[in-house]
Amino acid sequence: MAGTQVNPTRMELTRLKQKLQTAVKGHRLLKDKRDELMREFLDLVRLNMELRLKVEEGIRGANRNFVLAKAGMSEETLRAALMAPKQEVILKQGSKNVMSVDIPVFDYDTRTADQNDIYSYGFAFTSSDLDGAVHSLAEVLPDMLKLAETEKSCQLMAAEIEKTRRRVNALEHVIIPETQEGIRYITMKLDENERSTQVRLMKVKDMMLEDAHKYSEKQK
Amino acid sequence: MYKIAVMGDYDSIYGFATLGLDTFSATGDHEEDAKTLRRLADSGYGIIYMTEALAETLQKEIARFAGSMTPAVILIPGVQGDTGRGVASVKKSVEQAVGSDILFGNQ
Repeated sequence: MAGTQVNPTRMELTRLKQKLQTAVKGHRLLKDKRDELMREFLDLVRLNMELRLKVEEGIRGANRNFVLAKAGMSEETLRAALMAPKQEVILKQGSKNVMSVDIPVFDYDTRTADQNDIYSYGFAFTSSDLDGAVHSLAEVLPDMLKLAETEKSCQLMAAEIEKTRRRVNALEHVIIPETQEGIRYITMKLDENERSTQVRLMKVKDMMLEDAHKYSEKQK
Repeated sequence: MYKIAVMGDYDSIYGFATLGLDTFSATGDHEEDAKTLRRLADSGYGIIYMTEALAETLQKEIARFAGSMTPAVILIPGVQGDTGRGVASVKKSVEQAVGSDILFGNQ
């Protein structure tokens, strides 16, 4: 118990015992929480990586197509073609609670139901490569949204796991041993006090008996 | 109701406009881009896709949104190819949670 001073009283002892009980219970609960979070996190992060690789591949492919499309027509035509998009994506966000971590759930709606509204230009002046490029990008979009959902969830859960792990460690290695040490100190101090009181009482009794019966004089 | 934004250099992102995502071209000026990001975060964008190249310059600003649910800043490869930062960010969260990257260490 280096550094901290505890009062060796019974009240303090009860308090510390209660604290120890709470700490042990809290430690067990937090440990369970950490394990469960970790299990969920590992599943999620594997999905995260899978989606990321898929999306990156998809976007790389779409980018290649766009470069090709751009090569086939003039910059102005391209800019004019993409200037006024017809489609609009509306994002709906809910949330899900996983072991006290709020993770987002994304859902999306397009403004119009027509899938061909992504082609916001007349086909007369644009190259067909552009259609292909836009189409390839549109195919990646659902995965991109899924990626956003899982990646954000992973980040939030990782932060929570780190926090929980710190708490578990603090309880396990600092709070619980310190409280146990405090309890031991108080018990020993109280025992010591009791022994010294007993010895004093015995001594006093001896002295009183000596006073009454004068043993030492009779022995002579 | 949230919206989705895409940030990055014009060549990497102009295609997303056709899908109905709002595109914001990077100006190359750090202050200006940071301001755009902050403005987007405040004005109801739930997801902000950002090219890895731009994210490189805005690390500090992106880190501010790490703890909150929205906006989710998600890295995507730009037209110049990817820098591996997107995959690195996934690895980073594994490292943060597990302590060391035991899942994708060899990828």
